[in-house]
Amino acid sequence: MSATSRVVPAIDERKRSALTGFLRDSLAEVTSGSAAYHAWMGLLTFLMLAGAFAYSVQLRQGMGVTGMHDHVSWGFYISNFTFLVGLAAAAVILVMPTYVLKDHDFKQAVLIGEAMAVAALLMAISFVVVDLGGPARLWHLIPGLGIFNFPSSLLAWDILVLNGYLALNLAAPFYILYSHYQGREPRPAVYIPAVFLSILWAVSVHLVTAFLYAGLPARPYWNTALMGPRFLATAFAAGPALMILILAAIRANTPFPVAQATLDKLAMVVTVAGQICLVMLGSELFTEFYRQTEHGRGARYLFFGLDGHNLLVPWIWMSVAMVVLATAILTIHPLRRSPPWLYSACVLLFVGILVEKGLGTIIPGFVPEPWGRIDEYLPTWVELVVGLGIWAMGAFVFTVLAKAAIPIELGKRRRAGMLLSPGKEVG
Amino acid sequence: MSVNSFRILNNKGIEQLLERNVDRRTAALTMAGALAAGAGLAATSANPFASSESREKARLNWDAYFQGNFRLMTEEEKTETVRRLERLHQLQNTDRIRVTALDAVPGVLYGYAFNISKCRGYMDCVRACIAENNQDRRSAMQYIRVHEMEHGQISFEHADDAYFHEVPAAGHFYVGTQCFHCQNPPCTQVCPVQATWMEPDGIVVVDYNWCIGCRYCMAACPYDARRFNWADPVVPEAELNRNQHYLGNRLRQKGVVEKCTFCIQRSRAGGNPACVEACPTGARIFGNLLDPDSEIRWVLRNKKVFRLKEDLGAEPKFWYFTD
Repeated sequence: MSATSRVVPAIDERKRSALTGFLRDSLAEVTSGSAAYHAWMGLLTFLMLAGAFAYSVQLRQGMGVTGMHDHVSWGFYISNFTFLVGLAAAAVILVMPTYVLKDHDFKQAVLIGEAMAVAALLMAISFVVVDLGGPARLWHLIPGLGIFNFPSSLLAWDILVLNGYLALNLAAPFYILYSHYQGREPRPAVYIPAVFLSILWAVSVHLVTAFLYAGLPARPYWNTALMGPRFLATAFAAGPALMILILAAIRANTPFPVAQATLDKLAMVVTVAGQICLVMLGSELFTEFYRQTEHGRGARYLFFGLDGHNLLVPWIWMSVAMVVLATAILTIHPLRRSPPWLYSACVLLFVGILVEKGLGTIIPGFVPEPWGRIDEYLPTWVELVVGLGIWAMGAFVFTVLAKAAIPIELGKRRRAGMLLSPGKEVG
Repeated sequence: MSVNSFRILNNKGIEQLLERNVDRRTAALTMAGALAAGAGLAATSANPFASSESREKARLNWDAYFQGNFRLMTEEEKTETVRRLERLHQLQNTDRIRVTALDAVPGVLYGYAFNISKCRGYMDCVRACIAENNQDRRSAMQYIRVHEMEHGQISFEHADDAYFHEVPAAGHFYVGTQCFHCQNPPCTQVCPVQATWMEPDGIVVVDYNWCIGCRYCMAACPYDARRFNWADPVVPEAELNRNQHYLGNRLRQKGVVEKCTFCIQRSRAGGNPACVEACPTGARIFGNLLDPDSEIRWVLRNKKVFRLKEDLGAEPKFWYFTD
């Protein structure tokens, strides 16, 4: 981008225009970049448009264009929502050591983690909205205008915790970045309370989403106390695994410094979370299969198929194999410390948990349906393309946030007239 | 659903979407979001070139979009709402419908009993239910399921609810399920906008204009009682039941949940639900649980009754018994 040679404004005028300057500089930053950057953003835009087209088909013709039906009334969309809530909450893994335990290894990465949380939350909320039969009636949820069935409905709780978590993850990084932009250190008294709140909040985001399902005795597959803890464990494995991959990519492609110690510590978190996931999986399998009851039919359908219906069987075993293999790799110290092994394990773990949360958590709650009939479910092209569009939107949001944040954190971008880091120019 | 069959249905049927004639426009506007949609319809109503009828329709649809939750409406608002539905139907069809908003009668709590010994699997109840309640013909929506079971066990797991042969089949018996109108309903508890609730007379209803279509209630129901409109529902004009209740068999839209209402349009007027009336064997008994002289109370007193999945604590007001 061409250097902007602005006249240094008068003091009070500068104060007034600090925010607009911040926004303008950020906009300039995200709209400029290499050809590869533009190609990446172009690809994401194309995918978002494809998703919008698929969604328009669904709006016009109704939800019947999805693979869902009266017996599997939640599918691909709600599965993705479930997974993404976990991803969002995993940002806490970076936030907690940095601000609470004063572990500076994570400090550089924390803004990236919060950007990931924002992107994941926007995706999660989008997946719920595209799952609605009447999105134009969303105002029915607004207290005052409509009816917000709080505290009776867990969905009302979920709307609160998701939006609150989004606000927290936008506000704290904004304050930190804006302070740095103005060349001063953020005041802990301002952001530390928000950080503590967001740590509690992250856990609640998880548990509330798990309770959404676990609170339904109608669905024995979901009606288990392990639902919430297992959500936490899988999220704390998949989230930081993606974080490692993203930080590695940022380190390789930008001058942003990511300490090896950060990746090592994250890898340790992923390892322990992966091990806990396997313990919980074993516990769940034992309960479902030691004595086979009617309540275990959902699990039987998932792992072994039921009466010749076995659409999910290959997927779930693939997922289990991936998680086991990834955890094994991570558990062996020399392998975990070798980047190619670490990155492969992270990919395996992330995909394995995506499949497990995506297909293995929601669908078996509906198959068989309450009277035992088996009506299987497979997503249609509409669901897949809408989903792809939403994931592209998430990647787009994350790229924009990271692109704007990195130069500020590097000291390359400062409010006009401020002292710059030595040797850096206004970029 | 192919485009062709859609056209055929369109020609001879009544699409249950209120703005049938502004279909494409509405679809485009819906994409632009609620406010834009509202603005678009308002623009139609202010358009000097639009006919007075289409302007009226646009205005009524605009009002319908912003109407509140039915349960919280005053009597005047309820009347206005059902008049609007009647007028809208008249504006886009040649015929008239009658929509009521009859309230629950004090001292009434409806209950239902099903005689397993008598049911022979004829499915007359299912047919009567569809005709009475204007269910979508395109998806063949049904509220009632009749499960064919082999003698020796009451097992829904091994039952067949899609049998296609002469009934009663030797060695088999039949058990019907539908909404049990639970006294402690798990479905209404989870609704994020209170679009579904239990009326004072015990009927669990849905306000089809308030439902946002999240389908949480469908996940919460242990009895598979709820149905979703996965597309615009269609009822052939000749088969339309024009005697309607706001909370019952009035025309639904795509994207909303519906269910059995014990035929609220009939029961609140003192009649029996269509399934009870249609059953040729007398297997179905309906009545007021608070009236000690009612038939349902006689059954509860004199028969060994049971309910399904009682362990879930939903307290269904639907009992089974044998002779």
